[in-house]
Amino acid sequence: MTARGLREPPAAKALLILAAVAYVLLMLILPLGAVLFEALHKGWDAWWVAVSEPDARSSIRLTLIVAAISVPLNTAFGIAAAWAVSKFDFRGKAALIALIELPFSVSPVVSGLVFVLLFGAQGWFGPWLQAHDIHIIFALPGLVLATLFVSFPFVARQLIPLMTAQGRADEEAALTLGASGWQTFWRVTLPNIRFGLLYGVLLCNARAMGEFGAVSVVSGHIRGETNTMPLQVEALYNDYDFVAAFAVASLLALLALVTLALKSALEWRYRGELAAMH
Amino acid sequence: MSIRVEHVSKSYSTYPAISDVSLTINDGEFVALLGPSGSGKTTLLRILAGLEEPEQGRIWFGGRDVTDAQASSRGIGFVFQHYALFGHMTVAQNISFGLDVMPRSSRPSRAAIRARVEELLGLTQLAGYGERYPSQLSGGQRQRVALARALARNPRILLLDEPFGALDAKVRRELRQALRKIHDELRLTSIFVTHDHEEAFELADRVALLDRGSVQQFAPPAEVKAEPANAFVSAFIS
Repeated sequence: MTARGLREPPAAKALLILAAVAYVLLMLILPLGAVLFEALHKGWDAWWVAVSEPDARSSIRLTLIVAAISVPLNTAFGIAAAWAVSKFDFRGKAALIALIELPFSVSPVVSGLVFVLLFGAQGWFGPWLQAHDIHIIFALPGLVLATLFVSFPFVARQLIPLMTAQGRADEEAALTLGASGWQTFWRVTLPNIRFGLLYGVLLCNARAMGEFGAVSVVSGHIRGETNTMPLQVEALYNDYDFVAAFAVASLLALLALVTLALKSALEWRYRGELAAMH
Repeated sequence: MSIRVEHVSKSYSTYPAISDVSLTINDGEFVALLGPSGSGKTTLLRILAGLEEPEQGRIWFGGRDVTDAQASSRGIGFVFQHYALFGHMTVAQNISFGLDVMPRSSRPSRAAIRARVEELLGLTQLAGYGERYPSQLSGGQRQRVALARALARNPRILLLDEPFGALDAKVRRELRQALRKIHDELRLTSIFVTHDHEEAFELADRVALLDRGSVQQFAPPAEVKAEPANAFVSAFIS
């Protein structure tokens, strides 16, 4: 086929672009705009009051704590899993990859329920936990566990294809040059995967902060104590306190925008190096 | 340093990659492992480097049994077919890598490492390229960097896996001569893998011809050409 045959008529091109832009406007920009509009339509003062009242502050703090615990843990696990899967051959590798992806295919409600079944008052370990006065469900540990579960595949999934494509040659070169396994990891493997890793961490963080279903099951919805930001949004919305609900929601939306901006900024900042690596 | 391979075998699942190979390579010799793809030549080289484990047999470097030694402690230099240069490091950082990772007690001073890098850049005709990144170099230059990097810790044994495989004919010829010169100057014991018999005959003191995991003939090029050991050898070199 000639290049001429591949060229589409200008009308079709314009139509395609128009359709794509309209879709983005309708599905992404409009809802995001609606959140910001609702949050601010009674003015900045109302917004500030809504996000700074004690229950809202508590939900923000809780969300940050949960993310601060679960994101580093899942990052460490994700690197270890991706390293094992991509650099070594072992029995059950395909099964491990499938297991890593499991949280994506399980409904978040089920993910939360699993922990209630394990650690709830009627759960497997419930009586023992109660006897020792350890609180997991309806407390911070339960929120962290549920968040760990649902945000667990992001880093590993981002790294496995990347590290598999990179192969083992760089690591083998480092070994023949006398580097230990640890030195090889810090000096060769980690720099090779840093952008993929960063992207995975950003996605993992976005999910950890935004998760609703799984944490909803284990939270108990105690305002000022076990409500994370997404749960607080729902609680306020159910109270018909729309300004406050959208104010907290606008913070979550802001987080998404910051994540996106951070990723773009890093890609721009290191564009020379990114190009040099290929 | 001399190398002795004693009855080494290695198989991948059911198919034997190397079966009962024995070779003795003298100190200072330049040996080619020659054979078609799948003959086991690369596997044998990787076993020597410690990147693969043999199932049977022993490997000796001089008087030292290195069969169970880690790749990192064998004191060899290894040059990979596709260079395996570290893309996020400059040429100078690539070359000094082997020195930078040494334990503090035995690591040379920074000035000494810099001087060593300059010396190696000169040896491989790369003077002035230290601050470039690998992606800014041609294939032949990259392979020179890989060679310089492998030589940084002053290994006595140099192993090269199809070192010229990815290069065009003119660059191959230049690099062959440069490699032979460096081998002689540093009095290394070198082994390189190739599937090109002309390259093997031009460069090596002795050629080991492999087919299906075993050595068919191990002799100087003239002897292989004059008296091929069997039908495989005469077919492969014609």
